[in-house]
Amino acid sequence: MKIAVLVKEVPDTWGDRRIDPSTKRVDRSGDVVIDEINEKAVEAALLVKEANSGSDVTVVTMGPASALDAIRKSLAMGADRGIHIIDNGLTGSDVVQTSAALAAALDGRGFDLVITGNESTDGRSAAVPAMLAERLGLAQLTFLRTLTVSADGGSGGTVTGERVTTEGHVELRASLPALVSVTEQIAEARYPNFKGIMSAKKKPVEVLALADLPLAAGDTGADNSWSVVAEVTARPPRSGGTIIKDDGTAGTQVAEFLAASKLI
Amino acid sequence: MTQVLVLVELADGALDSSTSELLAAAAQLGSPAAVIVVEPGAAAGLAAELGALGAGTVFVASREGAGSQLVTPQVAALKAAVAASGDVSAVIVSNSTDGREAGARLAIRIDAAYQSDAVGIASVNGGVVVTQQAFGGSYAVTAGTGRGIPVISLRPHSIEGAAPAAAGTVHEIDISGDTTATTEITARHEQAQASERPTLQTADIVVSGGRGLGSKEKFELVEQLADSLGAAVGASRAAVDAGYCDHNMQVGQTGVTVSPNLYIALGISGAIQHRAGMQSAKTIIAINKDADSPIFEVADFGVVGDLFTVVPQLIDAVNARRG
Ligand SMILES: Cc1cc2nc3c(=O)[nH]c(=O)nc-3n(C[C@H](O)[C@H](O)[C@H](O)COP(=O)(O)OP(=O)(O)OC[C@H]3O[C@@H](n4cnc5c(N)ncnc54)[C@H](O)[C@@H]3O)c2cc1C
Ligand SMILES: Nc1ncnc2c1ncn2[C@@H]1O[C@H](COP(=O)(O)O)[C@@H](O)[C@H]1O
Repeated sequence: MKIAVLVKEVPDTWGDRRIDPSTKRVDRSGDVVIDEINEKAVEAALLVKEANSGSDVTVVTMGPASALDAIRKSLAMGADRGIHIIDNGLTGSDVVQTSAALAAALDGRGFDLVITGNESTDGRSAAVPAMLAERLGLAQLTFLRTLTVSADGGSGGTVTGERVTTEGHVELRASLPALVSVTEQIAEARYPNFKGIMSAKKKPVEVLALADLPLAAGDTGADNSWSVVAEVTARPPRSGGTIIKDDGTAGTQVAEFLAASKLI
Repeated sequence: MTQVLVLVELADGALDSSTSELLAAAAQLGSPAAVIVVEPGAAAGLAAELGALGAGTVFVASREGAGSQLVTPQVAALKAAVAASGDVSAVIVSNSTDGREAGARLAIRIDAAYQSDAVGIASVNGGVVVTQQAFGGSYAVTAGTGRGIPVISLRPHSIEGAAPAAAGTVHEIDISGDTTATTEITARHEQAQASERPTLQTADIVVSGGRGLGSKEKFELVEQLADSLGAAVGASRAAVDAGYCDHNMQVGQTGVTVSPNLYIALGISGAIQHRAGMQSAKTIIAINKDADSPIFEVADFGVVGDLFTVVPQLIDAVNARRG
């Protein structure tokens, strides 16, 4: 089975994340890491690979030069090869444009299964997976907390899994080829071992520029984006509150605070 | 006046609770029209309800087994409704798991812009401007549309008011020609929203518990305080991972974002990823035995103390005031 897994490099959530007021874009000058959800997506891909002999996992990212680290980390975990889409003309792409570039890179390569994270920690649109399914004509099984793939030996097979919803979960089933997005409950990502890290350096990474992708002129770049950010305002920091140490009456004092604030 | 389409979701055959708010949002931009996918014969009563909630037109796609296919029938219906209307200035969906994915696919199918998780919506000089939050409310972002019409997913509980009642005239649309690859919903394990507790996203008050609760049994204390306040129950990821409660109660970076009037954090340290989901609450109360916990940095009122002594006293005091 040919599996693609999509990973994104994001600002580390342990730090203070900023939007650059001059560009109105996410400031990526601080620490950037592979999104935790994408490590889990790679893990999910490797589990499918291990359950289906003869499978091959390609890790795909669109991002600046530093995003190669996200590919290397995935290769060290056990993915077989990488595709890095990188071009200055992609800077400032919105979600519609991002999905166009990713779809253009994936299309025609015969992937049976495309696996993504459910939602990135910087964009949080949760839109790229659905957009890719739409563009690539794939069945969509998104927000999965469990995933089972049974290949039929040929090019077919079935995908099932549990989709997390606001009120619980639903069970899904579709035929391959399909697109899957996973939630953080899908699996704990494995740590790359020394052998994995060494072999990752030798695994092939294909670099794709805009000119290599079948995209229409005007499909990419901030000047052609569908959605245009007009203004970005930082929320003022919260001013210091009242902190008390419990002297045996704290519960009552909280109730008094609630009443004084007209909250009860 | 141009039409603004709203995707209506159904819960157990009835209109989802988000419907009224979506139609109210649409009314701020143009003339609201509802789009709904139903089992054959189920439309009549729903159309009357939708009219009362402000829909001038109700585009109805009837489909056998409508409820057992994931998202794609809704996308086909929205596209057919855009074509049938002829004059659509925006499409609004709920930022629910299903709604946002239907909206995202529609944007691709009809060459439209997609604005995710809007918390505000306005008509400015003939264009639509949405307000969004970035990094858990650390930034407010306003965005317009560069090309195409906007497809907007609206965060529940972000717009007030209701649309004036309208005709609710049914307009049948045909989605039988849709050949999109489908995904079958083979079983549902969902609790009806009928529970007395409000849902996390829409609650005025949220009480959340963290690892400090110590066990699933003791987590009931969070529920008791929530019930005495009429609040929804939330949790930190550590509490979810430890199995104290269900995953869809997780508040934070990778869970639900809430901005209630009041957020009470019990036994939660306030890691940056948790704060990203609740720091825009109007008032924050924290109870934690460690005075150095970062949750106190965002608290309006904080108690350094043992939650197992403070919270029972608080519940008694609240119940006493309620009489
Ligand atoms: C990519 C990423 C995404 C994440 N997403 C989320 C997310 O969406 N939501 C989320 O919550 N976390 C998220 N996290 C995890 C986050 O970093 C923290 O690990 C988590 O929030 C900690 O939960 P906690 O505060 O319950 O547990 P802890 O940090 O262990 O804190 C427990 C607190 O309870 C207090 N306590 C213990 N006993 C008592 C008592 N008897 N009385 C009073 N206080 C007591 C302790 O002093 C302590 O402060 C994410 C992490 C990463 C890396
Ligand atoms: N630039 C990108 N490169 C690779 N994958 C991406 C990119 N952007 C989004 N994705 C994938 O889409 C998922 C959801 O992202 P989003 O729609 O931005 O919330 C991510 O977890 C990734 O798997």
